Amino acid sequence: MLKINDLKASIEDKEILKGINLEIKPGEVHAIMGPNGSGKSTLASVLAGREDYEVDGGDVDFDGEDLLEMAPEVRAQKGLFLAFQYPVEIPGVSNTNFLRTAVNEVRKARGEEPYNAANFMKEMKEKMQIVSIDKSLMGRSLNEGFSGGEKKRNEIFHMAMLDPKLAILDETDSGLDIDALRIVANGVNTLRDGNRSFVVVTHYQRLLDYIVPDFVHVLYKGKIVKSGTKELALELEEKGYDWIIQEVEGQN
Amino acid sequence: MSIVIENAALKNNALSYIEDTIEKVPALVQLRTEAAETFASSDFPSIQHEEWKYTNIKKLVSNTYSFSNDVNVTAADIQDYLIEGTDVMVFVNGVYNASLSSFTSTEKVIVAPLSEAIEKHQDLVLAHLGKYADNSLPFVGVNTASVVEGGFVYAKRNALSETPLMFLNVVSGDNIVVQPRVLAVLEEGAQASIIERNAVIKGEAVLVNSVAEVNVAERANLSHLKLQDEVENTSLVTLSEAQQADNSVYHNITITTGGHIVRNNLNIALGEHCEGLMTGLYLVKGKTLVDNHTMVDHKMPNSYSNELYKGILSDKSKGVFNGKIFVREDAQKTNAFQSNKNILLSQDAVVDTKPQLEIWADDVSCSHGCTVGALDEEPMFYLRARGIPEDKARGLLIYAFAGDVIEKISNENVRALVEKIVAREMGYDLI
Repeated sequence: MLKINDLKASIEDKEILKGINLEIKPGEVHAIMGPNGSGKSTLASVLAGREDYEVDGGDVDFDGEDLLEMAPEVRAQKGLFLAFQYPVEIPGVSNTNFLRTAVNEVRKARGEEPYNAANFMKEMKEKMQIVSIDKSLMGRSLNEGFSGGEKKRNEIFHMAMLDPKLAILDETDSGLDIDALRIVANGVNTLRDGNRSFVVVTHYQRLLDYIVPDFVHVLYKGKIVKSGTKELALELEEKGYDWIIQEVEGQN
Repeated sequence: MSIVIENAALKNNALSYIEDTIEKVPALVQLRTEAAETFASSDFPSIQHEEWKYTNIKKLVSNTYSFSNDVNVTAADIQDYLIEGTDVMVFVNGVYNASLSSFTSTEKVIVAPLSEAIEKHQDLVLAHLGKYADNSLPFVGVNTASVVEGGFVYAKRNALSETPLMFLNVVSGDNIVVQPRVLAVLEEGAQASIIERNAVIKGEAVLVNSVAEVNVAERANLSHLKLQDEVENTSLVTLSEAQQADNSVYHNITITTGGHIVRNNLNIALGEHCEGLMTGLYLVKGKTLVDNHTMVDHKMPNSYSNELYKGILSDKSKGVFNGKIFVREDAQKTNAFQSNKNILLSQDAVVDTKPQLEIWADDVSCSHGCTVGALDEEPMFYLRARGIPEDKARGLLIYAFAGDVIEKISNENVRALVEKIVAREMGYDLI
């Protein structure tokens, strides 16, 4: 589904990703962990097409196509979804109107009929249950005045509506209390259908108690320095990142 | 350099037109003669004039215009300018057209073209016409000195006029100047809603120089919309002059989406416990210059004024905002707010914004703020990352930016029309 080959990226001439290699197959859940500043969020942003970053080398294959050549909206239309670490507040754009525009653009791109108002409402009702999101948030301006938990839930709700092939969750757990974390994780687990793939970017192991990954990768200084299964996450939780850092620095 | 433009063709031509037509309406001869004398002794302002610094009207007033031109305009020609659920009084090149008009006039709410109002309600007209606007300003002086026709609405005590009334100035022909005049008087407790709009259906280099005088008595409420969806090569100079008695509400909404040079002047004088609201949106492209000069005069204590003007400028368009808040010594407990926000969608678009606060009272709450910037990148990326194409995302964000101006239009049909015009101007279909 996604094949990242020697990906290098920088921002304002500062090299952040220094050669990432990663392959994600349909239905797999990959966790990307690492200390602050290791490049986790940069990886998520580069994959989603944020223009602040300069891609300096490497390539990314998404279902047989060159992902890096695509505009952000095309990536979304082809089935890539990024749940933002900091969902943007957009006053004046209602959550519902925005979603209907987005969903119908994605459907149009996939050659599907756009939803009419009734179908859309039905679909929305159904998907709202996945993250137990309050109806009152639908009529409000996008993320405006939402609590941290509401914003993250709204992201997962958008994901459910857009039905992506690959979802990248960028520190979706940050700032969530345990109840909100559980609701968000349940939402993600409901959408794990064996075909949809996930990249879960997180600093802490606790989210992975709820969203159990197939693979865990440790990013450090712009490279994946260690890969393993879910046990690696537990080991990190117990021992912190220092031992890995020492291991890496020792090799150098 | 002089602060005036001397020997402007517009001045000389206007003076001969005024002389030729001065006898036309006997009841107006005195008012017009006095205004003509004032106008004759004044000159149009140059860019050296502080109030016209960013708006060069030299070409505008040097052009040779014709002041009257008989044309035949049909209902089909103006169909697109009509608004559902709104009465309309139509003028064609300044001449009242009864067959294209559709409005009701009652004993409690008198609606009539000025020429008819002069005959039937001379006292009511003469008590107010020309009494508020400052004829020493050349554009105002020439309008008053030329007045033979206009829109008149007079709502008597506690009368509620539920249907908005649109004064539609239809212009057809090249190099035409029209000078619409509106007089709206609301007695105590009355309520009304008026709209001024132009329809230049054919013609190059059209100049519309309009003056609206508004008198809102105690507890009365007037909503006043200027809808300026002008075609290219039409220039406007407008004045809205409003007098508010105690406990009254006046809301001026000025929406500009086109034109060559558009200069709006809005002056509001407030009594005690008044609400004076000024809302504006300019959404312009090409080489349009739109200049909004507003002034709210807090003469008495305990009044509230709120001004919100928003601009969206693309291509080589230019915006000017000059908002003056004047709080007199007696106007304690004044609450005055002003905000001017602008989005520039191109490198070549320009905005000059200038808030002016002159406060002589010591117990007041005033605030003002202005912003000029590009569309934020973060919301753009967020929308695009959810699958919305760039142009549509931009449209959504612009629409959202304009949204809090548009939602202040209380009449549903009018609001829907403005939404449609805004959507059309930014090339974004509303969902």
